[in-house]
Amino acid sequence: MSAFAAAKRLFLPEILRGLALTFFTMFKRKVTINYPYEKGPLSPRFRGEHALRRYPNGEERCIACKLCEAICPAQAITIEAEPRADGSRRTTLYDIDMTKCIYCGLCQEACPVDAIVEGPNFEFATETHRELLFTKERLLANGDRWEAEIAANLAADARYK
Amino acid sequence: MNALSMNKITPCLMPNASSTAESATRTLPFTVNLGPQHPAAHGVLRMILEMDGEIVERADPHIGLLHRGTEKLIEHKTYTQAIPYFDRLDYVSPMCQEHAFALAVEKLLGLEVPLRGQYIRVLFAELTRILNHILNITTFAIDLGAVTPALWGFEEREILMEFYERVSGARMHANYFRPGGVARDLPQGLLEDIATWAQKFPKFLADIETLVTGNRIFRQRTVDIGIVTKEQAIDWGFSGPMLRASGVAWDLRKSQPYDVYDRMDFDIPTGKTGDCFARYLVRVEEMRQSLRIIHQCLKDMPEGPVMTDNRKVAPPERAEMKTSMEALIHHFKLYTEGYHVPAGETYTVVEAPKGEFGVYLVADGSNKPYRCKIRPPAFAHLQASDAMFKGHLLADAVAIIGTLDIVFGEIDR
Repeated sequence: MSAFAAAKRLFLPEILRGLALTFFTMFKRKVTINYPYEKGPLSPRFRGEHALRRYPNGEERCIACKLCEAICPAQAITIEAEPRADGSRRTTLYDIDMTKCIYCGLCQEACPVDAIVEGPNFEFATETHRELLFTKERLLANGDRWEAEIAANLAADARYK
Repeated sequence: MNALSMNKITPCLMPNASSTAESATRTLPFTVNLGPQHPAAHGVLRMILEMDGEIVERADPHIGLLHRGTEKLIEHKTYTQAIPYFDRLDYVSPMCQEHAFALAVEKLLGLEVPLRGQYIRVLFAELTRILNHILNITTFAIDLGAVTPALWGFEEREILMEFYERVSGARMHANYFRPGGVARDLPQGLLEDIATWAQKFPKFLADIETLVTGNRIFRQRTVDIGIVTKEQAIDWGFSGPMLRASGVAWDLRKSQPYDVYDRMDFDIPTGKTGDCFARYLVRVEEMRQSLRIIHQCLKDMPEGPVMTDNRKVAPPERAEMKTSMEALIHHFKLYTEGYHVPAGETYTVVEAPKGEFGVYLVADGSNKPYRCKIRPPAFAHLQASDAMFKGHLLADAVAIIGTLDIVFGEIDR
């Protein structure tokens, strides 16, 4: 063994280089964020919790065409419909089993009236399975709660659709 | 330690061994159950290891714990509905698998993909390769006792998954590549951000190499461990980095280019020794080559449509759908019945980060595949585990599992 190789073996140069690298990394700006007080950015295309939207006059958008029910690969959506008193076709039942849903986004792609959308909310964990069986009331309430964000996201992404 | 005291503490001694010290300390094969809930077993791998002391004599991988029946499910879904299933096979490299299915369907339909769509697919396939290799080499380092690279690697992965999210809406299960192109065009500013990231990425790779490549502990754990010769690699059906580390310059992106890979200038890194260290080095170099492809994609990205204009396959644009009756009919037809693929069969492969990912698709002229056989690369790698483990220490078996790059989503399907 040459003197150089022996010195290399004895003085651990590669280990010291690694240690120096990790040491100086301590002084770098940290990249972690203080969730839930800070959150990472989300794009307008983000596919989170579902919501059923309304028109500005309060009328629900969904016309019960059942395209979302047909395209859903996980068969998470159940719809029943009949004509309302004023003659317009509306859903009487719109359930999404959020434990079946795979968040593929095909329902919002299929919807011809932008009624069912996947909003920006991803914090809807629950303690029981039952709470994740969303009914029409829950989905419409989601829509009312997130309408501002959803409308902004749809507008931002409209030119790509 | 004499034979007598051994007899008291080791129950696995041969009961009727002769009285000499050498034969009395011979042990019976001892069976160790590695996994399925073991942090070094990578997912739900269950290994039945027959040990002679600390030497592995026989390894028997048990699979099937993550079986979800994907292939059968796809037979009952339309072609559009089948794409999300491909994200969930190898959940570390989702878009590459969508790519295989999209290419297979396009081949049966005889579809042409617009140039921009092809460039976007190649760009994201290469980002996926980096995503996959970062996870592999850093978790490999964890298996060998180094935690820091994984923490740094996940920072880079976070950036890449943000690109995923901006383009498709989901951080992992993208559902982005579609037969005929990609779901939507790139949002404004994304290419610039990818370019900024691509400038910084070599620094990250250099840091990881400083920590890992030269480190003597890492080398002692990987050099000459799990050697696979060229012939063995071919006989076992290896592909991807596993094959290239054994010295076979085989890359499907070169040998049968798909999309715009024939326009890309990149090299195939190969190893000489076929051991765990060579496989690690090949993966690191592949990331550099992927970066070269990404730079070329960014430079040459053409303008134009990203999805085929064949309205019998691709849904119309939303603005058109809301004004044109014909477009609305197409929209309804495509989202209920889907499109019919002419009868035929194809075996289409892509160079996924883990190796040759193939889809054998049989169409019977209906709107659903008649059969969709998926060829996962890691399955072939796992079947060689007995040959690779034999004669190694238990700790080396963990190192070999780390370089196999197995993900159970695709092995069990």
